[in-house]
Amino acid sequence: MSIIKGDFIDNLPKVYGLYTGGFVVFILLMAVLEQMGLGADTIGILFVAFTVLIYAAIGWLSRTMQVDAYYVAGRQVPAVFNGMATAADWMSGASFVALAGGIYFGGHGYMAFIVGWTGGYVLVASLMAPYLRKFGCYTVPDFIGTRYGGNLARFLAVLVLVIASFTYVTAQINATGTIAARALQIPFEVGVWFGLLGILLCSMLGGMRAVTWTQVAQYIVLIIAYVVPVVWMSNKQGFGLIPQFVYGDAIMRIGELETALGVGAKPATAVAGLKALTVPYYEAGTTFAAKWKFVTLVFCMMAGTASLPHILMRYFTTPSVKAARQSVAWSLFFIFLLYFTAPALATFTKLQLLDPTLATSIIGKSIAEVNALDWVQKWSAVKFLAIADANGDGILQVTEFFMRGDIVVLATPEIAGLPYVISGLVAAGGMAAAMSTADGLLLAIANALSHDLYYKIIDPKADTKTRLVVARVLLIFIGAAGAFVASLKLTSILGAVAWAFDFAMSGLFFPLVLGIWWKRANRPGAIAGMFFGLLAGTLYLYAVRWGGMEPWLYIDHLRFGVIGAAVSLVAMVVVSLATAEPDEETQRMVDEVRIPKGKTILDSTH
Amino acid sequence: MDQSTRESHWAKTKGLMITTLIIWFIFSYLVHWFADSLNNATFLGFPLGFYMSAQGSLIIFVVLIFWFARRQHSIDVEHGAAEDD
Repeated sequence: MSIIKGDFIDNLPKVYGLYTGGFVVFILLMAVLEQMGLGADTIGILFVAFTVLIYAAIGWLSRTMQVDAYYVAGRQVPAVFNGMATAADWMSGASFVALAGGIYFGGHGYMAFIVGWTGGYVLVASLMAPYLRKFGCYTVPDFIGTRYGGNLARFLAVLVLVIASFTYVTAQINATGTIAARALQIPFEVGVWFGLLGILLCSMLGGMRAVTWTQVAQYIVLIIAYVVPVVWMSNKQGFGLIPQFVYGDAIMRIGELETALGVGAKPATAVAGLKALTVPYYEAGTTFAAKWKFVTLVFCMMAGTASLPHILMRYFTTPSVKAARQSVAWSLFFIFLLYFTAPALATFTKLQLLDPTLATSIIGKSIAEVNALDWVQKWSAVKFLAIADANGDGILQVTEFFMRGDIVVLATPEIAGLPYVISGLVAAGGMAAAMSTADGLLLAIANALSHDLYYKIIDPKADTKTRLVVARVLLIFIGAAGAFVASLKLTSILGAVAWAFDFAMSGLFFPLVLGIWWKRANRPGAIAGMFFGLLAGTLYLYAVRWGGMEPWLYIDHLRFGVIGAAVSLVAMVVVSLATAEPDEETQRMVDEVRIPKGKTILDSTH
Repeated sequence: MDQSTRESHWAKTKGLMITTLIIWFIFSYLVHWFADSLNNATFLGFPLGFYMSAQGSLIIFVVLIFWFARRQHSIDVEHGAAEDD
């Protein structure tokens, strides 16, 4: 308890400065040990085990039995540090492992994710975060329940939160399992439970306070792990130390190579789970359909960002409304550091594989030569890539090389011939990204169930101790349920992640925005908005994904939030206007939310 | 706070929100709608349409939120609505 007190907050830069220095020393130590002959497997184990142990230690030091410390970290997290914590909360295993691969294969069309997952923060800053902070709620349903009143509104908000966050969290536990399994050489099913154990150690004893300080630590690991290999590789290829601004030439060169190599032709064979490169890199769609798909995906990811409870609740922890606003800006800055590196990484990887003037290239080489490469053998063995000589000429064509997108992040250090210590670092970074997001999501679910469902609806007389015990029991229970679903391997990582955004925006976007910006919004309206939004979105998802329905206006299963949110808006406005306006007390509450000055609407312990 | 100060504070807050969202709309949707034409131009050696989605829009979003936070704070101070620290 002694470390995390007043003093600790004053000493944050020093504490995390030392931590970062310690981590760099650890990397250097591993590099030295590698030179001395330590095996690659041992290095991978040490990287993952060492970092997870540190997070667990922070979780232990942050344990608490106070309600406001457990739910909102005592509202004393400075803007910059909350920004780092939010960035870690935000950047999931999917961002870390799959984003660059998605760009590699999807080209410009995939960039909609990059634009959507950053621009959403403009909505968070201008429409939501400062006002929710002024409200003083512990959870997102806490706002809905108090603003609109009544248990039904609160319950529906809990329902949307659980559906969206649970969809998301299984993907994260899946990612921690995959990384733990690879790094620690254990079966995936065991890896999933190991990952869950690490996640619970970070969050169970200290709730939001523990999650905050581990997420800051995890951000530092994940950003170092993402940027260092890219900088190293770019330096090796002669693009200098800040590759993000100078890879334009590489993109142009890829454009020329793609024409020469015939990228765009369909492969003659197919390999399950793997893809060949078929989409030109930087060319943007010229048809209405392509443009429309781009902007609708951007819209879903943005509105989803502004509705996801595990992100919004991070801004409940700042000391003031002003700090909440600044914190959104810092969050996006820290997220930006990774998101503007991902396209650079995808570009360098692509150039390395395609450009015949580089020693690392494989396209156009003889298949025997490619099959002899270490990294090709290693990743073929785990079925992450495959080579099929469709035309039997013994030369590898672009349509004959299949891989999984994840390889771009996971195998690039090996492709570029970087030492193994970098691969270990990347594993630790992926683990940090997946764990930090899983922590935030699990806490969002458990807090909503313990605070809103148990305390506010079921047993309002429960004492502090019971409430916090219930919160922890729920955390374990939900985590176990998530790990169980993940161990069944039902969904691929990214499909599920996009759905979480669509669910959140279908049910919560308009009830949250209008609760602040439209005084006339009332309880029946909010209930209709959440209920019909969620219902319409879910039915539409079912119809296009499994029901065999033709998507309406190219709105496919990744974009079903467009339908959900539109229905939610109409239902909420129509029902609000058809019923009585909210009472005077509620209207005064909305007036107070709009002014930063003065006491929060809800007490600091409620 | 009296009613007229409240109203003027909220009017300015709304104005700032609308300005912010107009800029947001341009760089979230409009620019990318014309990505194919923008790709004919280059910026720092990048095809411009690709550049905007990989970097340009992102930088503008970061700057926009920092600017928004500063503007909103000065609106609050002007109306005596800022928190005391």
